[in-house]
Amino acid sequence: MDPIQARFRLDWPGFTLDVGLVLPGRGVTALFGHSGSGKTSLLRCIAGLERASQGYLTVHGEVWQDGKRWLPTHKRPLGYMFQEASLFPHLTVLGNLRYGLKRVRGLRRVSLDQAIELLGIGHLLDRKPERLSGGERQRVGMARALAVSPRILLMDEPLAALDLKRKQEILPYLERLHDELEIPVLYVSHAPDEVARLADHLVVMEGGRVLADGPLTETLARLDVPIRLGEEVGVVIEATVGAIDDVWHLMRADFPGGSLWTQNRGVPVGRRVRVRVLARDVSLARQHPGHSSIQNVLKGRVDAIADDEHPGLALVRVRIGTSSLVALLTKRAAASIEVSPGQDVWVQVKSVALME
Amino acid sequence: MLLTDSDLQAIWLTVKLASVVTGILLVVGTPIAWWLARTRSWWKGPVGAVVALPLVLPPSVLGFYLLLAMGPHGLVGQLTQTLGIGLLPFTFEGLVVASVFYSLPFMVQPLQAAFESIGDRPLEVAATLRASPLDAFFTVVVPLTLPGFLTASILTFAHTVGEFGVVLMIGGNLPGVTRVASVQIYDHVEALEYTEAHQLAAVMLIFSFIVLLALFAWRPNAKRGV
Repeated sequence: MDPIQARFRLDWPGFTLDVGLVLPGRGVTALFGHSGSGKTSLLRCIAGLERASQGYLTVHGEVWQDGKRWLPTHKRPLGYMFQEASLFPHLTVLGNLRYGLKRVRGLRRVSLDQAIELLGIGHLLDRKPERLSGGERQRVGMARALAVSPRILLMDEPLAALDLKRKQEILPYLERLHDELEIPVLYVSHAPDEVARLADHLVVMEGGRVLADGPLTETLARLDVPIRLGEEVGVVIEATVGAIDDVWHLMRADFPGGSLWTQNRGVPVGRRVRVRVLARDVSLARQHPGHSSIQNVLKGRVDAIADDEHPGLALVRVRIGTSSLVALLTKRAAASIEVSPGQDVWVQVKSVALME
Repeated sequence: MLLTDSDLQAIWLTVKLASVVTGILLVVGTPIAWWLARTRSWWKGPVGAVVALPLVLPPSVLGFYLLLAMGPHGLVGQLTQTLGIGLLPFTFEGLVVASVFYSLPFMVQPLQAAFESIGDRPLEVAATLRASPLDAFFTVVVPLTLPGFLTASILTFAHTVGEFGVVLMIGGNLPGVTRVASVQIYDHVEALEYTEAHQLAAVMLIFSFIVLLALFAWRPNAKRGV
C-alpha cells in the first residue's frame, strides 16, 4: 500500500507547526508528545479541520492537499475520533452510527454490523448518548468513525478523558481494531503505556516539530535522541509467550535472539505480547554473572554508547539477535568494565513489564 | 365579551402580519445569525450593531427613514415603481417590509446565541462523517438549536403583534389593510370608546401573557450541546 505523505506549515501567534513525514499505510502510528507539541494540530491538518497555509498531503496516492487543491473534510475518506466521543445528542446510538454510514458513497470496507460487533455495542443501539457511560460513548464514537469505511482512522487521545478502569475496558477493543482491520490508524497520545502497547510506528513531537520518527522498537532504542516515553528511556520488544511456569508463576516471553521471564499474568502460550524494559533495569557484565537474584541473563553485543542527560550517566545499546536493549550505567561503571562498541557482554535484566 | 367586526378584522390582520413577518425573518434572519455567530471578520461589530438598532431607536425614527426610502423619491420607492409594484407606504406589503426591519433583532439575536452555544465541535464531527456544511446545518445544527428557533420565532411574532409606532408611520390607519390591533385600540381610545378599548386590550394582554408563559415553560430543553 502507498504510504501517507504529509508536510505542513502552520503559523499561529506563539506556535509554529512545521512537519514533514512519510507514514506507513498500515498499522498504528502514534503521535506522541507533551501538550502543546503540535500532535493534535498535525492530526487536524490531516483531517482538514485545520487549514495549513502551506501543506502537501497524499493518502494512499490520493492528493488531499497540495499547492492548488485543498479537499474539505467531508470529502476526505477518513474516520475521526475526538477526545470526547462527541456523539450527536439528538440521535440514538444507531442514529449516530447511521449518520456517517448513509453519506458514504463508493466502497464499503466496513459494514455496520461489523463495526457494532467489533466494539461490542449491539445492546446499546436504541439508547440516547446521555444514557451511556464514558467508556460506552468512546466505543460508539469509535464504531461511528469505523462505519464510514475510512481509508485512514484518526484518533485524538480517545482514552484521555477516561479513568484507568475505563481505559482497561477500551484497550482490548483498540487492539482488536489493530489486529482485524487493514485500516491505518494515526493515534495521538501523551500516555506512554498506550503508545507502548498499541503503536507500531512512533512519531515523537516537540514544539511543533518532529523529534524522531520510525518503527516503535527501533525508535525507542535510538541513542542519538533518547526517546523518553514518560520519564524513562526504555525499549519495547515484540515477543511470543513461549512457556508458563505454574510453580513459580512466571511466563517466558520469547523474541528472536533470546527470551525474558516475567510474572505470569494469565496470557496463554503462543499469544503475541509486548514487553517493556527500562534502561535503568538493565545492567551489563563482562563475564557471566553466575548465581544472582537477577534471573534474566542474555548474551549480546554492544553496538552504541551515548551520553545521558546527566553528565555522570551513559546509555549503552546492546544487540541481542534482531532486538535491542538499552542499559543506563554510570560512566564510571562503563569505564571500569571497559564497554566499547562491538564487544560481547552479558546483559542482566532486573525487571520486565508486560504491556497489558 | 363581544368584539366588533372591525376588531376581529384588526386581530386577523395582526395575526397575518406577524405570521408573514416571522416566516420571512426565519429565512432572512437565520443566515445573518449564522454569519454573526461564526465570522471572525471585522464586519461582525458593525453588522451586529445595525441588526440591533431597532432595539434602541424610537419606532418613529425607524418609520420615518423607511417612509422616506419607500416614498416616491426614495431608492426603494423608485425601484418598486420601476418594477410596476407601485409605492409601498400605506399598503400591507409596506407594513411587512417595515416590520421585518423592526423585528429583525428579535429573530437574529436568540438564533445567534443558540448557534454560538453549540460551538464548532458538532460541525467538525458532521464533516468527518461526510456531511457537507449545508447538510450539517439542517441535520445537526437545526435539531440542536431547535429551542433557539422556537424562542426567536415566538419573540418575533409577539414583537410584531406589539408594534405601533412603525405601523402608524408606514401603514397609517386603513381598515383591513394596515389597521392592526394596536392601532385599533388607539382609535377606540381616541373616539372615547373605552368599553371596546378594554375588550381588545384584554385580548392583547392575555395573548402576551400566554406567549411569555409558553416561552419560559419551553426553556428546560434549551441547553443541550454535543
